[in-house]
Amino acid sequence: MSILSVATAPRRRALRSAAQVAADVATDGTLADMSAGESARVLGIAAEHDPAGARRMFDLGFVPGAEVRMVRKAPLADPVVFRVAGYEIALRREQARWVTVAAPAS
Amino acid sequence: MTLDSGHCAAPGEELGGFDEQLPTLALVGSPNSGKTTLFNALTGLRAKTGNYPGVTVTRYVGRVSIDDHELIIEDLPGTYSLAAISPDEQVVADVLDLDHPTLATPDALVVTLDATTLRRSLNMLAQVLATGLPVCVVLTFTDELTRRQGSLDVAAFQRAVGVPVLTVTGGRRQELGPLRDLLVDWSAWPAPALPPPAEPAEVISWIESVLTTSRYVLPQIDERTRRVDAVLLHPVWGTLVFFAAMFVFFQIIFTLASPVQGWLQSLFGFLSTQVEHHVGNRFIASFLADGIIGGVGGVVAFLPQIALLFVLISIMEASGYMSRAAFLMDRVMAKAGLEGRAFVALLSSLACAIPGIMATRTLPSMRDRISTMMGAPLMTCSARLPVYVLLVGLLVSPSDRVGPIGAQGVIMFALYLVGALSAMASAWVFSRIGRRSGPLLPFYMEMPPYRMPSARSVGLAVWDACRGFMRKVGKIILSTTIVLWVLLNVPVHSAATMEAAGVDVHDHAAVSAYTIDHSAAASVGRFVEPVFQPLGFDWRINVGILASLSAREVFVATMGQVAAADNPDKPAEGLKHLTVQSGPRAGEKLFSPAVLAALLVFFLYALQCASTIGVLRRESGSWKWPAVAFGYMFVVAWTMAFLTGLVVGALT
Repeated sequence: MSILSVATAPRRRALRSAAQVAADVATDGTLADMSAGESARVLGIAAEHDPAGARRMFDLGFVPGAEVRMVRKAPLADPVVFRVAGYEIALRREQARWVTVAAPAS
Repeated sequence: MTLDSGHCAAPGEELGGFDEQLPTLALVGSPNSGKTTLFNALTGLRAKTGNYPGVTVTRYVGRVSIDDHELIIEDLPGTYSLAAISPDEQVVADVLDLDHPTLATPDALVVTLDATTLRRSLNMLAQVLATGLPVCVVLTFTDELTRRQGSLDVAAFQRAVGVPVLTVTGGRRQELGPLRDLLVDWSAWPAPALPPPAEPAEVISWIESVLTTSRYVLPQIDERTRRVDAVLLHPVWGTLVFFAAMFVFFQIIFTLASPVQGWLQSLFGFLSTQVEHHVGNRFIASFLADGIIGGVGGVVAFLPQIALLFVLISIMEASGYMSRAAFLMDRVMAKAGLEGRAFVALLSSLACAIPGIMATRTLPSMRDRISTMMGAPLMTCSARLPVYVLLVGLLVSPSDRVGPIGAQGVIMFALYLVGALSAMASAWVFSRIGRRSGPLLPFYMEMPPYRMPSARSVGLAVWDACRGFMRKVGKIILSTTIVLWVLLNVPVHSAATMEAAGVDVHDHAAVSAYTIDHSAAASVGRFVEPVFQPLGFDWRINVGILASLSAREVFVATMGQVAAADNPDKPAEGLKHLTVQSGPRAGEKLFSPAVLAALLVFFLYALQCASTIGVLRRESGSWKWPAVAFGYMFVVAWTMAFLTGLVVGALT
């Protein structure tokens, strides 16, 4: 399964934006639905309107199969800190909604 | 596609502005990967800053001599991916693009990888290896990896990625030796036998296989960071600590810097007096004392604030608290179309827009930096304070009250509040305009573990900021001061002419008043009178506004000079008695409530500060943004002053 399409240009490989493919997978939710302390597994990145942004989420470690843990919310509920690929990163809810995850293993 | 293209010493290999035909090595790495620490350790104080052609992204280049080899090392902007989504990241992609028409490609790349975030960082290494340039890897934070019970077999890792790998922690000297030797040898670096894949699904398996063969054990969660974050990011305690920290931050810039500034001003004042005493010709003495020494003093006076600001922000950045502060403020700043880190820049602008605009360097995206820069000068800076005190004092007396509160305090508070709200509104407008030039950037911010800032990196940040300010902005401030001095003092009048005009040549105040009334600035003031007429400003106020371009507080002394006040620094009494010289209001008091209110509002909005213009030029990389800022602020200032004058005129 190709998760992100990358075209190859002569001499230098052009890093193309991502096209989300896992759209047909029945998703259980997104990062934005998680509450503090919950863990989930990344299914894919659903941001058809912003392929470059989706590609960036992939490069930040939100790759299919990766385990994500929701660490905490900011005082005004946005942004949210996640632990993924061994480090912590804050995302605004807007972007957190792009990343689809399998039902939190409770 | 071939990977080995003869080590890519592309024809016409030349760095814009650095015309040496030396081999160039570029540092590539994600933010927080220790890239800049490594750059500083390698180049020290020999780094130069510039701009990439056509974009407002700062370029850091340093020359290194190792044994008898000379190398150019370039610190590329930090990025998480070569698939660029911002202008800053595009620079990295363009520099690494062999086919890019204007940017020369470096001869080789040094990739810094944070050993504690290897799983993510390998993603970028795969992209960098795909460029086909010679690559070596510097692993950073391996000490932290060990402390957090992670581990990595570096030799196996080197075999797995197929390029030279070294570890350097915190730019330590003994580890730099082997790296320097390796850098000289860049043309002999092996290329990976098998290039990493490009297909994302395959990249994931490549990363997994590299991590497995190098027996990578993911580090434990940093206990110390977790415990500190539990407090510093707590909805209640975290917010309280944040506001306390910001209060201290502001106090340090505002109050700690001012005595030092006072000493510097006294020093330059002393020098001026010495010159006036020892130089016979009054005109030359005044030029040296007020024009040159005053101008240099005006530049140096900013250094305490800039140095302190950069001590504070580099500690905040290096320790990891900047990300936490930005995390707490993000929601609020998002309302102005900005991100959390812009808060620090706007807060600093309350002391002075110069450090405030320089603090926008902490924002990763140039678009956010520009929006913040366009708003920052509207924050009420300390130079507006003397002007406000003078004008508010003329407008209402200290005994006037609004309810139980003194009217002067209410007006001052309103000026601060309107300034801050206008700054946010302006940033919002510019961020909306910025969005049209490209898609909205996704917001993400790494929360690095808390780390101890090194004195060396703090020192270098301060040095770099002060040196850049003196070199690039100093010239602009000094030349503005000189031009304004000439305008205010030319033409020269002989004692005979002044006596013929009935001026007592021994009365210093009368002589200054005569000089300024017959100066080139007065002609300019009269010439622009039609523009300011609707606001109720006459040519004398225009002279004050013109003079205040060197620094807003100069308005006070200039008006004092115009009014021939006995003490030009406290001209309130003299100004009260000025009357309008001509027109329908002739004979009435010049400083009517409507005029005073309009002037206050004019000073709130207008970019009456050559230093800010200079620093905008330096930080945005072109004259476009200072021109835009001056233009829009003038239009807003005029309009708002006109409306305020109308309202106050109707009420009084």
